[in-house]
Amino acid sequence: MSVNATKTVEPPPLEFHDLTVAYHKRPVLWGIDLEIPKGQLVGIIGPNGAGKSTLIKAAMGLLPLNSGWVKVFGEPIGKNLKRVGYVPQRESVDWDFPVSVMDVVLMGRYGHLGLMRRPSKKDRNIARDCLEKVKMLPYANRQISNLSGGQQQRVFLARALAQESDIYFMDEPFAGVDAATESAIVTILHELKAKGKTLLVVHHDLPTAKEYFDSLLLLNMRMVAYGPTEEVFKYDLLQSTYGGRLTILSEVAEAVREKS
Amino acid sequence: MRHLPFIAGFCLLAAAMPAWADRIGDISETSVIEQAKRFFSFRDPSVRYALIGSILLGISCGLMGGFIVVRKMALFGDTLSHAVLPGVALGFLWNMEKDPVAIFIGATLAGLLGGAMVALIRQTTRLKEDTALGIVLASFFAVGICLLTRIQKMPGNKGGLDEFLFGSAASIGRSDIILMAVVTGLAVLLVGLFYKELLVTSFDAAFARAAGFPVNIINYALTLLLAFSVVVALRAVGVVLVSAMLITPAAAAYLLTDRMHRLLGLAALFGLISGVMGAFISFLTTNIPTGPLMVMAATMVFALAFFFGPRHGVLMRWWRQKSRSARVQRENTLKAVYHVLEAREFDGEGVSLRELAERRRETLDEARAQSDALCKHHMATLHDDGDAIHLTPEGWQRACEIVRNHRLWELYLTNEAHIAPDHVHEDAEIIEHVLGEETVRELERALNHATRDPHGRAIPGLADLTSGSTPFGPPETVTGYASR
Repeated sequence: MSVNATKTVEPPPLEFHDLTVAYHKRPVLWGIDLEIPKGQLVGIIGPNGAGKSTLIKAAMGLLPLNSGWVKVFGEPIGKNLKRVGYVPQRESVDWDFPVSVMDVVLMGRYGHLGLMRRPSKKDRNIARDCLEKVKMLPYANRQISNLSGGQQQRVFLARALAQESDIYFMDEPFAGVDAATESAIVTILHELKAKGKTLLVVHHDLPTAKEYFDSLLLLNMRMVAYGPTEEVFKYDLLQSTYGGRLTILSEVAEAVREKS
Repeated sequence: MRHLPFIAGFCLLAAAMPAWADRIGDISETSVIEQAKRFFSFRDPSVRYALIGSILLGISCGLMGGFIVVRKMALFGDTLSHAVLPGVALGFLWNMEKDPVAIFIGATLAGLLGGAMVALIRQTTRLKEDTALGIVLASFFAVGICLLTRIQKMPGNKGGLDEFLFGSAASIGRSDIILMAVVTGLAVLLVGLFYKELLVTSFDAAFARAAGFPVNIINYALTLLLAFSVVVALRAVGVVLVSAMLITPAAAAYLLTDRMHRLLGLAALFGLISGVMGAFISFLTTNIPTGPLMVMAATMVFALAFFFGPRHGVLMRWWRQKSRSARVQRENTLKAVYHVLEAREFDGEGVSLRELAERRRETLDEARAQSDALCKHHMATLHDDGDAIHLTPEGWQRACEIVRNHRLWELYLTNEAHIAPDHVHEDAEIIEHVLGEETVRELERALNHATRDPHGRAIPGLADLTSGSTPFGPPETVTGYASR
């Protein structure tokens, strides 16, 4: 962390220091050190079980950390929750839940409202604009179970837009969506980036990763590489990300779980 | 199976205590109307308490049940409500009388302890939630039955704890009512104030946490409120069935609406109706405990929603499906008429029933029934003493549309999807009935407004569709809407 004494610079949107996270005592992320500058569209790439979702959940304070720390705009996450937007995996909720599309998008405003306050007309207008952006306004009053996979993803994206955050975490927003939705999401990601927002997007598909993101974070239980896409999207780096896990690392992780 | 301990305990109890529950008051009016007047007039204090109590418990159980059902926690509600039983017994043992406050505290603590045990088993072992729930439900209930049986046999026992098993609205007293009013008021107030928080944590807990909501506190508060609602309902409904008063009214509401706030309102209303109905029937008849009657009333409400619900109801679904298949049948008849006309190159207007029957490989009676169906829907008229059928303009238009849809789809499958021409007919038979006008236009554009299907037959165009008044002559050679 560089401190500039002469002028006040805003601290980086996201900073990990020696982050280690474990599930049931089995480490899934080891010693991540990372600083993400403002206005970056970062793709998080890695094989199954590499800890991609774990990383963003840890960043948002949804998981306990075993060691290290996370800072969002130079402060612990708890102080900057309103500056963080989240798109969870689509499968994480029950789509038969009795709410309308509009209700879900309004939830994006809840964090700004504080306890007991109801969404105002202004919040409704913001939600409406966000639905318009993802081209889902005609569906505002539909119950969410009638939506296709791509439409569900757009609703989640609209909810995150309604959060009006400065840093966004998205967990596989491209999983199982149609081509039209995919390109709509890419457009919105670039718009957000142009507005100076920072975005971390868990992504599964290597070929498109290269064109969608301007920097990549290669992850496989530890950080393999982070940098501009053209520098990081290299055969040897991808090979060490995907070419089998570091066997000793996973064996030790397993041993840690069994011994404790 | 989970009621095995209860059956054993129940036999013991039955041996010890022959009488179930008193009916509400000792009333000798004979007519139901007289009794209804008396019941709903709030005149008799004991009847008044029963009625108010049923209303209050119905509202609080319905409201909490709404959250239980959408959070898929129905089994948790069941376990919690059985786990309160040892607490009821201990609350009684506290000073050997049915002190509502002592029983309330004991039962709530036992319920929460049961909930904590479930969480403990789930987190420290590989067992899943349903197993943990099963273990806790049965064990707590067994302990409760043992304690209750001991209490029944104690000297100086004033008796009557069995009403906690199956419920007796008649036993609701003044202090019970106060407790119920406080709990129901609290439930309504908190749900009203924190609706937004409860909604977002119920729908997407991870998102709620990321947005800074105290998800754990909200969950604990909801569990506590749930335990309160169960405990105040115990007197009237009984431990065995109180979970049904949580689940059934809310489940009925879930079948009727797609919005959470309406679901909660309906669930509370259904809970209220079931509670009052149960208490009233128990007032009319002797010796049936209130709990089962309330649950039966709730089940009636659920059955009504299940069969007659306007959107998800079984009858409506059946009706929609039936009318859809009747429409498909009519459209197939129209298509057959078109085919007959086409075979004789649109020479003459009428198609005889014999021709129609031959075309569809059916009996004359079947053809007649189908023609009647067409006439009823103003698609055709009968002529020649009912032996020939003429299409009306609407009938002709629909026939053209169906044939057009069929042939367009066949052509699309052959040309664009490269499926063999002899494989496409079956598919088109289904698709022809569901293609919308917009899709048809897209198809036509994709196919460059083709005029012949893969089998070389003409595809009816717009001109044929609109020339309804003169259904004569072969289809226009130019199709498509570009030429309009």
